[in-house]
Amino acid sequence: MTASVDQPRFGIDALLGDPGVRTIVCCGSGGVGKTTTAAAIALRGAERGRRVVVLTIDPARRLAQAMGLSELENEPRPVVDVDARAGGSLEAMMLDMKRTFDDLVIASADPERAASILANPFYKALSTSFSGTQEYMAMEKLGQLRAAAEAAGHLDLIVVDTPPSRSALDFLDAPRRLGSFLDGRLIRILAAPARLGGRAYLRFVQAGFGVFTNVLSKILGAQVLNEIQAFVASIDTLFGGFRERAERTYRMLQQPDTAFLVVAAPERDALREASYFAERLRAERMPLAGLVLNRVQTSALPALSSADAEAAADQLQRLGAAYRTTAGVLRVHAERVTTVERQRQLAARFTSAHPDVPVVRVPALPGDVHDLPALRRVGTALSGCATGAAPER
Amino acid sequence: MPATSADDARPDPDWEGVRLHVVTGKGGTGKTVVAGALALALASAGRRVLLIEVEGRQGIAQLFDTAPLPYEERRLAAAGGGEVFGLAVDAEEALMDYLEMFYNLRRAGSALRRLGAIDFATTIAPGMRDVLLTGKAKEAVRRRREGRLVYDAVVMDAPPTGRIAKFLNVNSEVAGLAKVGPIRHQADDVMAVVASPLTAVHLVTLLEPMPVQETCDGVAELQAAGLPVGGVFVNMVRAPLLRATDLRKAEKGRLDRAAIADGLAAAGLTGPGGALAQVAVDDAVDVLCAQASDHAVRVALEAAERATVMELDRPTYDLPWLPDGVDLGALYELAEALRAQGAA
Ligand SMILES: Nc1ncnc2c1ncn2[C@@H]1O[C@H](COP(=O)(O)OP(=O)(O)OP(=O)(O)O)[C@@H](O)[C@H]1O
Ligand SMILES: Nc1ncnc2c1ncn2[C@@H]1O[C@H](COP(=O)(O)OP(=O)(O)OP(=O)(O)O)[C@@H](O)[C@H]1O
Ligand SMILES: [Mg+2]
Ligand SMILES: [Mg+2]
Repeated sequence: MTASVDQPRFGIDALLGDPGVRTIVCCGSGGVGKTTTAAAIALRGAERGRRVVVLTIDPARRLAQAMGLSELENEPRPVVDVDARAGGSLEAMMLDMKRTFDDLVIASADPERAASILANPFYKALSTSFSGTQEYMAMEKLGQLRAAAEAAGHLDLIVVDTPPSRSALDFLDAPRRLGSFLDGRLIRILAAPARLGGRAYLRFVQAGFGVFTNVLSKILGAQVLNEIQAFVASIDTLFGGFRERAERTYRMLQQPDTAFLVVAAPERDALREASYFAERLRAERMPLAGLVLNRVQTSALPALSSADAEAAADQLQRLGAAYRTTAGVLRVHAERVTTVERQRQLAARFTSAHPDVPVVRVPALPGDVHDLPALRRVGTALSGCATGAAPER
Repeated sequence: MPATSADDARPDPDWEGVRLHVVTGKGGTGKTVVAGALALALASAGRRVLLIEVEGRQGIAQLFDTAPLPYEERRLAAAGGGEVFGLAVDAEEALMDYLEMFYNLRRAGSALRRLGAIDFATTIAPGMRDVLLTGKAKEAVRRRREGRLVYDAVVMDAPPTGRIAKFLNVNSEVAGLAKVGPIRHQADDVMAVVASPLTAVHLVTLLEPMPVQETCDGVAELQAAGLPVGGVFVNMVRAPLLRATDLRKAEKGRLDRAAIADGLAAAGLTGPGGALAQVAVDDAVDVLCAQASDHAVRVALEAAERATVMELDRPTYDLPWLPDGVDLGALYELAEALRAQGAA
């Protein structure tokens, strides 16, 4: 396989060394290593002199502990044990989705109204389980961090992790979905009685609103419908600009100072998602800085093919018990090289579809990545200087 | 199929009497694959099985290599005289059914749909969506034609472990929503099936820390909610490639290096013309030992995870890791493995 020869090389250090890059967003489908990659980039950036804040979402518990994130604070905290000799610094936070939403309500309504919204059961459903709330709040928090960084001038790079979801596209789409949901036609219809009143309202009823409430109250019951209407009326003015807000953050991501990375495991589903994501970014004119191929299997003995190793193992097996250990280690090698080869083919499919997207490979480390030394190793791999990884054949 | 002689040797299926098999597990562990294999396994011996999905992802169509499923039952495959049908349940469609069935309101329903009202209602009251989806499974389990059950079994490719108890426990989900009325009534009907011996909630896991942890949490949560826990399906199982003594030595870095070097020479790998002729023997042995050590570490971790699974004290079934992925042929193989272990 020579697919990787022409592929542009990619190293995270070029991004980290460019002061014009102020936001790095790590996207990708579920479980591929987005949080790990974001943390590793942030740490490397800080140790190379950038003043970094990393926004993580649901980090694994041990990684959170290693970064000093033992509790949800919803505000950045300095990470200790970072090598600050190059003049950089690292702050980390994990997103508290509900609290970010609550804060938004509190900031935009008078105390009494805010309290009544926060206590509403439909608000609770929306703020905890609407698919898209987490993405919206991640964007919201990113917007806040950018604003704070610009105001205070103490940060020059924001690294963003994205929520676990099946599709990498959710991060781009979900905020709009929530925005148009809250700002949509239906909400306006439900809120209409409160807003219109009098004759306008009567005309509206004749226009079909009656059918609508009639059906909804059949399904939900009249009392529930009343509660929903009350909720909608109370958030209506508050979130009138919700969609607008989402659009603003979205446009921010289209600025040249934002770099996207898509993370994928060397598996079919994850690479397919990465492919969709690359196409989408191109369509949106958003800059895709590269593909991080994470947890790549390697072998330091590429000269011995899987078939040769398997054949030798069979031969030794026949020669007798003295060679059982060698036969065993050869079978281990054969399995490993098969995996290496399969992953290489899957990656080659991505690169032939997206020849202009640079790729960097991060080897599968022997254990989980849950401390700063392991994050540094991932960071080194992200820089393109392979450590411990086999040279490409 | 001349399956009778093999059938004689088979243990009795573990889930006699269960008609709704709910398959959950951590994301990506193989829920869709296991649900498909289980449906095929249940269908052999001439039974009719319905395989349903509820997350709008068309995973079943992909697995069975057919066109996307409409909201309508379609025949997917034959298996030993039986048949597997597929259905992709959609909450909106289920609600339209419902409006039509009870209120003769399909046209109003269409208008509501255009307005986004249905999406709205199922969003703002997430419990409602779940009642509609589980309601469809319940209906299929109970459905009769000319007095006879239409399906001998229904298999659901369900949401992941983190959401499963909430998803099935619709009664408590709609409690805040409706104390009386049609939704409440529907929820009660669903509970009468899913919280009864007619149902088994199976969990798919890998022998890795996070999936096993989720499985343990899931079992506890299901039990707390009074939902019937079924079996644990251990997916992507790989056999150790070294014998036990070598595994122990490999883990400690104490494999017999001289013996390995001898073996490589005996197989003609290190000699002139051998694949490793250009590599220093010591280096080759180093790499092989390091790889063997990685392998041994993984095997040990898997053994520890398996011990945790065994502590759950549920029937377990192993599905082998298939290096070439899962196509339809492989799915039949997995189904056979499940039958041989008594899962169906
Ligand atoms: N290169 C690597 N080598 C070994 N383990 C890794 C590597 N990258 C990630 N991991 C491990 O894989 C697991 C998943 O990684 P991570 O949490 O970063 O994924 P994610 O994409 O953020 O997942 P989610 O979608 O659930 O948020 C973690 O346990 C992490 O330690
Ligand atoms: N026994 C197996 N051997 C090899 N590959 C497998 C095996 N079981 C599943 N897979 C593969 O693993 C991937 C995930 O499987 P599947 O889609 O069934 O998981 P899932 O739990 O349904 O995922 P999701 O949470 O996304 O719905 C698929 O690509 C599938 O082909
Ligand atoms: Mg994550
Ligand atoms: Mg699935």
